[in-house]
Amino acid sequence: MSRTLSAPVTVAFDYTRSTGPVLGRFLTGLRDGVLIGGRTSEGRVVVPPSEYDPVTHEPTTDFVEVSPVGTVTSWTWVPEPVKGQPLDRPFAFALVLLDGADAPLLHALDAGSPDAVSTGMRVQVRWAPERVGHITDIACFEPLTDETSVSPSGGGIIEDHPVTGVITPVSLDYIYAASPEESAFYRGLEQGRIVGQRCPTCGKVYVPPRSACPSDGTPTTEEIELSQTGTVTTFCIVNVPFLGQKITPPYVSAYVLLDGADIAFLHLILDCPADEVRMGMRVKAVWKPREEWGTTIENISHFAPTDEPDADYDTYKQHL
Amino acid sequence: MGKQPAAVIGVGQTHHRAKRDDVSMAGLCREAIDRALEDAGMTLDEIDAIVVGKAPDLFEGVMMPELFLAEALGAAGKPLLRVHTAGSVGGSTAIVAASLVQSGVHRKVLTVAYEKQSESNAMWALSVPVPFNMPVHAGAGGYFAPHVRSYIRRSGAPTHVGAIVAAKDRNNALKNPYAHLHNEGTTVESVLASTMLWDPIRYDETCPSSDGACALVIASEDVAASSPNPAWIHGTVMRSEATTAAERDQVNPQASRDAAAALYRQAGITSPIDDIDVAEIYVPFSWFEPMWLESLGFAAQNEGWKLTESGATAMDGAMPINCSGGVLSSNPIGASGMLRFGEAALQVRGQAGEHQVDGARRALGHAYGGGSQFFAMWIVGSEKPGN
Amino acid sequence: MRDVAVVGFAQRQMQDFDGSPTCVELLVPLFKECYEQTGWTRQDVGFWCSGSSDYLAGRSFSFVQAVDAIGVLPPVNESHVEMDLAWAMYEAWLKIQTGEVDTALVYAFGKSSAGQTRRTLALQLDPYTMTPLWPDTVSLAGLQARAGIDAGLWDERAMAEVAHRSLTDAEGNEHSVRKGGSSVEDLLARPMYADPLRKHDCAPVTDGAAAIVLAAGDKAREVREKPAWITGLSHFIDPISMGTRDLTRSPSAQRAGAAVDLSGLDTAELHAPFSHQELLLRRELGLADDVRINPSGGALTSNPMFSGGGIRIGEAAQRIWAGESSKALGHATSGPALQQNLVCVLDADKKEQGN
Repeated sequence: MSRTLSAPVTVAFDYTRSTGPVLGRFLTGLRDGVLIGGRTSEGRVVVPPSEYDPVTHEPTTDFVEVSPVGTVTSWTWVPEPVKGQPLDRPFAFALVLLDGADAPLLHALDAGSPDAVSTGMRVQVRWAPERVGHITDIACFEPLTDETSVSPSGGGIIEDHPVTGVITPVSLDYIYAASPEESAFYRGLEQGRIVGQRCPTCGKVYVPPRSACPSDGTPTTEEIELSQTGTVTTFCIVNVPFLGQKITPPYVSAYVLLDGADIAFLHLILDCPADEVRMGMRVKAVWKPREEWGTTIENISHFAPTDEPDADYDTYKQHL
Repeated sequence: MGKQPAAVIGVGQTHHRAKRDDVSMAGLCREAIDRALEDAGMTLDEIDAIVVGKAPDLFEGVMMPELFLAEALGAAGKPLLRVHTAGSVGGSTAIVAASLVQSGVHRKVLTVAYEKQSESNAMWALSVPVPFNMPVHAGAGGYFAPHVRSYIRRSGAPTHVGAIVAAKDRNNALKNPYAHLHNEGTTVESVLASTMLWDPIRYDETCPSSDGACALVIASEDVAASSPNPAWIHGTVMRSEATTAAERDQVNPQASRDAAAALYRQAGITSPIDDIDVAEIYVPFSWFEPMWLESLGFAAQNEGWKLTESGATAMDGAMPINCSGGVLSSNPIGASGMLRFGEAALQVRGQAGEHQVDGARRALGHAYGGGSQFFAMWIVGSEKPGN
Repeated sequence: MRDVAVVGFAQRQMQDFDGSPTCVELLVPLFKECYEQTGWTRQDVGFWCSGSSDYLAGRSFSFVQAVDAIGVLPPVNESHVEMDLAWAMYEAWLKIQTGEVDTALVYAFGKSSAGQTRRTLALQLDPYTMTPLWPDTVSLAGLQARAGIDAGLWDERAMAEVAHRSLTDAEGNEHSVRKGGSSVEDLLARPMYADPLRKHDCAPVTDGAAAIVLAAGDKAREVREKPAWITGLSHFIDPISMGTRDLTRSPSAQRAGAAVDLSGLDTAELHAPFSHQELLLRRELGLADDVRINPSGGALTSNPMFSGGGIRIGEAAQRIWAGESSKALGHATSGPALQQNLVCVLDADKKEQGN
């Protein structure tokens, strides 16, 4: 058994980016099949244009159309493409100095094999079948063997309909691992137990246990099985719907101070109307059916009121 | 060798909006930077070093965006630092920038903090699911609502005090052309009538999600000498504690109290309410005004709400708080702390425009972040600090 | 300027860290080592600063839990940079220079193996025109290596010589995750990976953490007989664009080096995650042939993200403490293809210098 529990997590969002006028001009060009560079104060044509001039720091305003044909100034082979790259088979990333530009553009070059790529080779843009105003409107570059075989570019810029935004999906895959102490907690839950640990320095009982007691930096050690009954210290009635919510509002999320613990932990209070939940209310853990258990806090479906009288404020006021 | 004197000689901010879809990230930052430089009478080329601050990179989906922004910010060929201390970051960033001058290393430092929250969704970015765990709260409001409830229980505050703060800050924002929310006619009654989101926090008691930036130019004594109205830095402080710890006071955290005490010691402040003329305090949910008033020593324990209820924290009150409209009216998270610091500087420079407090000579800028665990504060004054 | 020295250093480097992305479990023993080295407790530390990345961890506020490892009752004077350990150290050095504190402990951590690091780092690029193509770190370094080869500034053999020396030196470093020299010929005979780079030209994916302790004046002398005095500390950044930059140069490294006194160096720990980058940095810093480069084996043999730069400073400091060096350079880099660079000059003798 591994020391820690781990599970995959994907962090994904489609970002909506506003481009501003300079990048917008470049992306409008791509949509309309034209490559647009910006002229710097020193007269260099840069593709894509710099938003601000490197010398004067003023916004770039002088735009120049350059050729979809150019020369490779440097390249590297990509033997194992990663997710999201322009090609899913081995290809080259290349710096391409487009005819009419003074600084090269970074993009993919579909060349089949590293033997087919060299610095100085001539290449041309291969446009994507559909163009939306995005850097991927250039599908990639491809070798140009015959200068007379240049594909025509897409036409002219539609001036009254500029690109002002792009959508950029970002999706990253991670393996998340719980700490050894947390792993012990989740494994306890799998057996129907709520396991805390005591800090050997300050003596406080933490649930979940911690890799470092936040008061003194010592890992918690001595394992303590906690009561499944506790006191609501404070809470919030959630009335607002949100992305990924699993319970229909209104519901109560509360800090529950389990008997024997020195720190409250968050869970749901159900089985009573939300407006009847009180600070000091005594509650007990309600577990899901055993066959649904895993190494997760979700084994505890929620906490429900007990029949005990409310705890006295003085017994939990130092936990607020 | 002790700290070298340093002063804010330029303040700039963007027009904060829910979506600044007219600009890129660089354009947003430059809007604030160009205003700060103009205010300071300086060009980018004169700047020695740049300090960038913003909250989590997941908000914009760019890892360490200061790297791609370097050229647009004028940082190419200069030293550049990137600070990230959660919600307090705007304040921490200003403090790091100040330390570049106070250490004697640089004389002219530019600092900028920003957030372009419309590029994603803050609630998503802050709550990427953790395996083995379950999402229980619903965003920052859900996180802080239980602590507000604890404060109300502990202090015995009447439940409408939060609405007083919200109505005050929203009306103050009407005097601030840069503020995101310009909600005419906000009253205590209208706030109380707004939807209860995270009981006890109502819709009108929460901060908006904004695109925005703030920039400051911080200069050494010799450079500041040519400024007509420098805001001298009288003290800076940062303090941190854990998100959760056994018996941690989450209403009035020790890090906050310790930070205020250390700050006042530096600035020679013995009675905050008497010695400080105006304060910009990080109040993303209305109830945090009375909570921080206590923690910062403006009111005794459990009596912050009385100060709010008495009207003392209004613009014409004895202790004006958040004359700019505060976080409740504009919240580009990464910049929010620097806006507090910058607004404090504007007040002592007499440059706050319609929301200027007459004769303000000493002001507090305050920011907090994480689960009320990271604190950054400064005191600025119209007079050069004594030794 | 106040006299400030590196007086403590601890590190952990490994291929796969079996623990949480917050790395709290790694930091606790690191801090313990720092206390043992200095004889201090956490209360003796005036300022704390950490470096880490949310995108490396895959979640927002990944640094927040790390403060638990300090033990923050009472609360601490603390900051965080979304940068390498070397820049966290720079912020702490500033704090000491203001006179506000006399001591600092800085740390950094990163679990690269939690994601696909070379792909994640594509998020550092221009988000409008570069990131959507997902140019990975190795590819960007390959473009730079090729530019230098084409310009005749270095060749595959020179790169292999760097790799061979690094792998050989790493045998003496218990922390290196890749080690074992063979011969330059053997390395050159190995297949191309990302032409013009072979696998040994690229740093291995490494998890890890590190901590550095700083102290001013007498506080430093109390800790060590031979503190590693910081007599020069400088950093600069270049534009990110791969198109407008001359990839065979690193102006920010050159500028950082020119801002400090590099004369009389006997040792340099260069943060060069790709073999050609060591060659490029030596040129930009004007290092003489007799300067011992990367006796630790360097980043080519072990490169934990966000502490890899600071570790170079720590390695240099250890050699000063041990009397093996009288003047050493620690260098850190950040961003694609050596975009941002920091140099830290450590001296066994404290000679007054400008900054």
